[in-house]
Amino acid sequence: MSDTSHLLDPSRQPVLSLHGISKNFGAVSALTDIELDVHAGEVVALVGDNGAGKSTLVKILAGVHQPSSGTIVFEGKPANLSSPSTALDLGIATVFQDLALCENLDVVANIFLGKELNPFQLDEVAMEIRAWKLLSELSARIPSVREPVASLSGGQRQTVAIARSLLLEPKLIMLDEPTAALGVAQTAEVLDLIERVRERGLGVIMISHNMEDVRAVADRIVVLRLGRNNGTFMPDASNEELVSAITGASNNSVSRRAMRRKGQSRENEEGRP
Amino acid sequence: MMKTMQNEPAAPALLDRRDERVRHDDSLAGWVRAFWDRIRAGDLGSLPVIVGLAIIWTVFQALNPVFLSSANLVNMLFDCSTVGVISLGIVCILMVGEIDLSVGSVSGFASALVGVFWINQGWPVVLAIFAAMAVGALIGSLYAFLFNRFGMPSFVSTLSGLLAVLGLQLYILGSTGSINLTYGSWLVNFGQIMVMPDPVAYALVAFAGITIFFSSYRTAARRRAAGLSSKSVGGLLLRAVIITVALEAVAFYLNQSRGIPWMFGLFVGLVAAMNYALTRTKWGRSMHAVGGNREAARRSGINVSRIYASAFVMCALLAATGGVLSAARLATASQQAGTGDVNLNAIAAAVIGGTSLFGGRGSAYSALLGIIVIQSIASGLTLLDLSSSLRYMITGAVLAVAVIVDSLARRSRISHGRA
Repeated sequence: MSDTSHLLDPSRQPVLSLHGISKNFGAVSALTDIELDVHAGEVVALVGDNGAGKSTLVKILAGVHQPSSGTIVFEGKPANLSSPSTALDLGIATVFQDLALCENLDVVANIFLGKELNPFQLDEVAMEIRAWKLLSELSARIPSVREPVASLSGGQRQTVAIARSLLLEPKLIMLDEPTAALGVAQTAEVLDLIERVRERGLGVIMISHNMEDVRAVADRIVVLRLGRNNGTFMPDASNEELVSAITGASNNSVSRRAMRRKGQSRENEEGRP
Repeated sequence: MMKTMQNEPAAPALLDRRDERVRHDDSLAGWVRAFWDRIRAGDLGSLPVIVGLAIIWTVFQALNPVFLSSANLVNMLFDCSTVGVISLGIVCILMVGEIDLSVGSVSGFASALVGVFWINQGWPVVLAIFAAMAVGALIGSLYAFLFNRFGMPSFVSTLSGLLAVLGLQLYILGSTGSINLTYGSWLVNFGQIMVMPDPVAYALVAFAGITIFFSSYRTAARRRAAGLSSKSVGGLLLRAVIITVALEAVAFYLNQSRGIPWMFGLFVGLVAAMNYALTRTKWGRSMHAVGGNREAARRSGINVSRIYASAFVMCALLAATGGVLSAARLATASQQAGTGDVNLNAIAAAVIGGTSLFGGRGSAYSALLGIIVIQSIASGLTLLDLSSSLRYMITGAVLAVAVIVDSLARRSRISHGRA
């Protein structure tokens, strides 16, 4: 699906690189010594089981949480992401799992939230035109930008959220479970969106539980397990490899279930005369 | 009436009219249909208050023909300006989904401060007013500090503020209990006598109508130039003319007796300014966003704490301003100022006018409409010579009905995807 050959030039500097990032919530260490590089025009998929620390990592990069230790280097310079607005100013845009749209505001207001044009006399016309342009660049189909977001479908809301993240011309965009709540057609649309974002030369970090989606768009797959790096894979890696990296060793609930089913079917066959 | 050019075929689709799934209601019939859909979906706006006002006025006029007389209406405008300004502050704090229960006490304290500084201490009156307003803003910033720093629910912090500020008011008034403001001073005149000369009233109304027309005309012209759908000039002109003529008629009727109070003019001016701030500035947009989804606002880079602080300070500042106005209205700063039903009336006015208790919805005009309803009830019951016991009961019942309408409308909005 994707051509990765142009990405793997080792001399190129990554847009974002993390070194030894750790995060503790009290006695629980959610992340331990995370290393991660993202280059421009590259989609990095972040996969892992529940509680692997994917969302925590995204929140750290979005400035929602601060890391307990480790360094974040953004475009070659060490960055201190102390709040969501500093992350936005640097050029790190985030589309959160719980979308983070204001349902009482219309599409234009949501896209421009926090970065309105002309603060003392809002330029509604210019904002509406820019909103339509952004949405059409993404080939998005939103019926009307003057309806409250509450009236939009899940896929349309996801589109609005992605359009909003592109408004500030970010260098890096993070998508937390972009396809989790979507139907088949809407998922395909969002995957198309992600490819269009990559074509614009942005670095993309995408979190997903859906291996099919991940393999469809990712250039690299980074596996987290219990808050640690647990391997990096190319999209052509086999399902077993990925699953065993995600769940730990080969002895886990998924493989045990597979073994059990195999055993059962054998018994059934043997039971039959 | 609202004829448009969108109905003609052939012309290339406007930027915002390319999706054929959306119905665009451009004709008059379409406008009526869209209006009806909005009502059914629970997007009531100011409809309940207008219906309510029509009922209240009909009933009271039938019971006592003095009710709708020009003189009584002018009195009502004087009375509603004081609590109306307090209610405008309540709109601000409700917008972010918080509450200030101490506005009555803050207004009473402010009126006491004016009395003490101006009469007892001999300060210039302007300085005394500014000092009282500054103290109000200080109280608001204290609530904001408690809320942002300690996460103290505004319900609790302002409830304790209600008691503490009332204590301060009683303390500074001392044993005498009340301070009479000087009759004949401009502050007392402003609260009791000063009305607009007739030509000034007509000119101000005309100015408002012209402003409405030109601002909407400018928007429409810019939208058309940018390839967006826009309202027709004829429709805009018609709307502006209808509004102007209606308001001029009201001004004419009020001018049959004393005329429009300057104090009411100040109140309407504040409402218009607040409406602009809430709908046309980044601050107002942030207020809506924080009230609608606090976490989404934070993640958009909005400084949520600062928005909360601005709401608390604005509310207490307007409460203090209302207190100064009520001192002027009564020509006294007493222990009773700001007690009793002031608190509830101010909150009720905002809610009755259509500002949601749940945050993120409302408009500055709800303070204006709501306080007219409240003051109509109070004035009507006074004219009927009913005791304050009945007045409290009826006002309480009206508030309950308003909140029920708000809750039902909210439920309907959620199920119709308009939350």
